Amino acid sequence: MIEVRDLARRFGKLEAVKGVSFTVEEGEVFGFLGPNGAGKTTTINMLCTLLKPTSGSATVNGFDVRRNRSDVRRSIGLVFQQSTVDEYLNAEQNLRFHGYAYGMPHALRESRIKDLLTMVELWDRRRGNVRAFSGGMKRRLEIARGLLHHPRVLFLDEPTLGLDPQTRRHIWDYLNELRRREGLTIFLTTHYMDEAENCGRIAIVDHGSIVALDTPDGLKDKVGGDVVTIATADNQAAADAIRGTYKIEPILQDGVVRFHVPAGETFLPDFVLRFPQRLLSVGLRRPTLDDVFLAMTGREIRDSELDERDQMLQGMRGWGR
Amino acid sequence: MIEIWRGTWVVAYREILRFVGDRSRLLSSLFMPLLFLLIFGAGFTKALGPLARNVNYIQFMYPGLIAMTVLTSSLFAGMSVVWDREFGFLKEILVAPIGRTGIVFGKAAGGTMVAFAQVLMMLVLAPFLHVPLSPGIVLSLVPIVIVLSIALSGLGILVASFMQSQQGFQVLVQVLIFPLIFLAGVFFPVNNVPDWLAVISKVNPLTYGVDAIRQVFLGSGLGLGVSVLGHTMSIVEEAALVGVLGGVMLAGAVLAFNRDV
Repeated sequence: MIEVRDLARRFGKLEAVKGVSFTVEEGEVFGFLGPNGAGKTTTINMLCTLLKPTSGSATVNGFDVRRNRSDVRRSIGLVFQQSTVDEYLNAEQNLRFHGYAYGMPHALRESRIKDLLTMVELWDRRRGNVRAFSGGMKRRLEIARGLLHHPRVLFLDEPTLGLDPQTRRHIWDYLNELRRREGLTIFLTTHYMDEAENCGRIAIVDHGSIVALDTPDGLKDKVGGDVVTIATADNQAAADAIRGTYKIEPILQDGVVRFHVPAGETFLPDFVLRFPQRLLSVGLRRPTLDDVFLAMTGREIRDSELDERDQMLQGMRGWGR
Repeated sequence: MIEIWRGTWVVAYREILRFVGDRSRLLSSLFMPLLFLLIFGAGFTKALGPLARNVNYIQFMYPGLIAMTVLTSSLFAGMSVVWDREFGFLKEILVAPIGRTGIVFGKAAGGTMVAFAQVLMMLVLAPFLHVPLSPGIVLSLVPIVIVLSIALSGLGILVASFMQSQQGFQVLVQVLIFPLIFLAGVFFPVNNVPDWLAVISKVNPLTYGVDAIRQVFLGSGLGLGVSVLGHTMSIVEEAALVGVLGGVMLAGAVLAFNRDV
């Protein structure tokens, strides 16, 4: 459904996307996970024909994003990071405008508007003032709008940014239902780890490159099993001891020693018994995508956020934002 | 081609929808011309006496104020581009299969229709000011208002495509709008002024719009018309000039909109 080969984009000196390649199958939920400024939005903008690639190629629904722009646009629905609803129109008018812009026939448009507004539970508010909508309602309206013209692929750029956890879960219920009903392919970017868990496959991006691409479970397996964290009076000595005994490379961080072992439950009793130092605490958990990101990039995702100035520059770069 | 056409009407439709829904904008854009009419009219009409045969100051100024109404509502087309960008809606339009050219045409068409609606409202005043009004005059006004509005909408969109913020655009419009109005012969005839002022006025495209509208209302040959190099401009010449300028502005706006994303 989406094929990307060596896609790159530079802004002046900055290489925002450094030649990424991947394929998204029909009906798949594919996630781009990475910190702000990793090149996620730039990639999405190129796939949506809002931004021309500097080099490389991409096709969406079989159409080239450079040459067949209109066909690409017709094949995709979009939900942007920032709200793009017209607050001077009501909910229904927003959808109707979209239907006109995509040249939908009258009867189809009206029945689709009703279906989608009902699904996102905004049918009762269809004549309501969009300005008075909450963030979650606006986002639901945008999802309905993005789907109006029966796109094959839905692009979601940080679809639940700034929404509370309950609303986020709610939005995912809709998306999963849609995928079931319409065989929709979903491409999303996020920097929420828990959101990325909804994906069939995830590409972890950092500094404009894909550093890993697999299913969530596959990625977690790559980090080398379960996560054990211990705290002792002398963490450096503890780390040395672990390295010596188990031939594992531990990480010292935030006052704990952290390392990965396969099958943590059977490892831990023995480990505690034999450990030479007094243990202040012991923790065991399944790896999360946070751990994957840490293992792949050596940083935690929240440490990698750009500073404010960089983000501002990034914002100014996109014409039309 | 179909996409440009669909883009034009869809974008224009929204402009009109918004204009109709926004009464404050409607009133505020009529406020300025009314203020000038009332204050300048009351202040100058007696003092100046008739400017030509059967033409007093208020009758002289009124056609100019119609052109001014066209100017303000047309520049709003540019404002709405900046507005849409700031509130994100521009993205929804940019990614729709309608093409950038259609967006520019739609904004210009929307601006033109809004300008037209406001001109019609201004026409209601004509009988009270003893300005002649007939179906013939209204019909002659149509093409002039259209070309003038397209030219000024084009200018507004062209400027807007380089602007990132509303504030920036507003400042620029403030800087532009007053010289444009004051040096267009709205308030005084430009054929009897110092040379430097005459030169600036004749470079100002709005001058020809104002004069064409004035000739429609008050007739030609009053000795108030604009002459370029000794030739007194006729309505048709002036409309053609503004029309060519409109084409250039619109083409510029289309290019600016289509430039590398």
